[in-house]
Amino acid sequence: MKAFERRKRDRVRAEFEPAEAALLTNLLGQVVELLRDRNGPEESSPDPLFGQLGTTGSSIPPDDPVLKRLLPDAYRDDDEAAADFRRFTERSLSTVKVENAQAVVASLVAGGFDVDDPDQSEATVEVELGERAVQAWLRSLTDVRLALAARLGIESEEDAESAEESDDEAVSVVIDIYDWLGFVQESLVQALD
Amino acid sequence: MGRVSSPAPIEVDQPETDEVTELDRPWVTIVWNDPVNLMSYVAYVFKSYFGYADEKAHELMMKVHNDGRAVVATGPREEMERHVQAMHEYGLWATLQRSDA
Repeated sequence: MKAFERRKRDRVRAEFEPAEAALLTNLLGQVVELLRDRNGPEESSPDPLFGQLGTTGSSIPPDDPVLKRLLPDAYRDDDEAAADFRRFTERSLSTVKVENAQAVVASLVAGGFDVDDPDQSEATVEVELGERAVQAWLRSLTDVRLALAARLGIESEEDAESAEESDDEAVSVVIDIYDWLGFVQESLVQALD
Repeated sequence: MGRVSSPAPIEVDQPETDEVTELDRPWVTIVWNDPVNLMSYVAYVFKSYFGYADEKAHELMMKVHNDGRAVVATGPREEMERHVQAMHEYGLWATLQRSDA
């Protein structure tokens, strides 16, 4: 991977190996699947009134630790307010997250990545992002890192440190990916500065 | 310090006062520390979403990091709900509540 760097105006650019693009696509796909399992397919109603009213979702927080972190309570000490807020906003939050993930995959594809057959991808996947895509990338990279951390049971700085030092190979494989995603995101934030 | 004889307390209609301050108290958006989000990213979110200057965005990020939480916005409830929703889109852990003050 070649880190993100600033191009002319508000554009940033990075290079990925097809295997890296495949990994990122796979992780995004897992997050999307979790969100859809909970909230169903995204709402894309052509009727603006219906779209505005929306269909309400669940008022009960998810059990899954990943979903719990991606779709957190908005009120800490008021269960009733948290339930109301969730009922009216969770589906749209979920939809936004899915759309962000799709935008990330779309920019990898535009850069020469073959989703169906990664081996057929360009040797280097060149990603160039405008303002909107940058926002999708920032948020999606965060969602994937939150998801991996939740799967690893990382809830505190101490948890993060012990996961980083773990001898368990299964953990260290995931930590390597987690750190790599952190590197990608850090380079993107720096490129915007 | 010298001692002064204390006068009898004045009767105050306490509950009514409480009710007024309760309604007057604004709402706040709080961002909580988490071990995942990068410091640079959190500062970036405060800068780009709230429009805070570099210095204030950095200060708030450090407050979240060191104190475990920071009030990042104050105002009407509906506005704070929009902020919290936006923070959740960014992947930051945010809640709203009435101001403690």
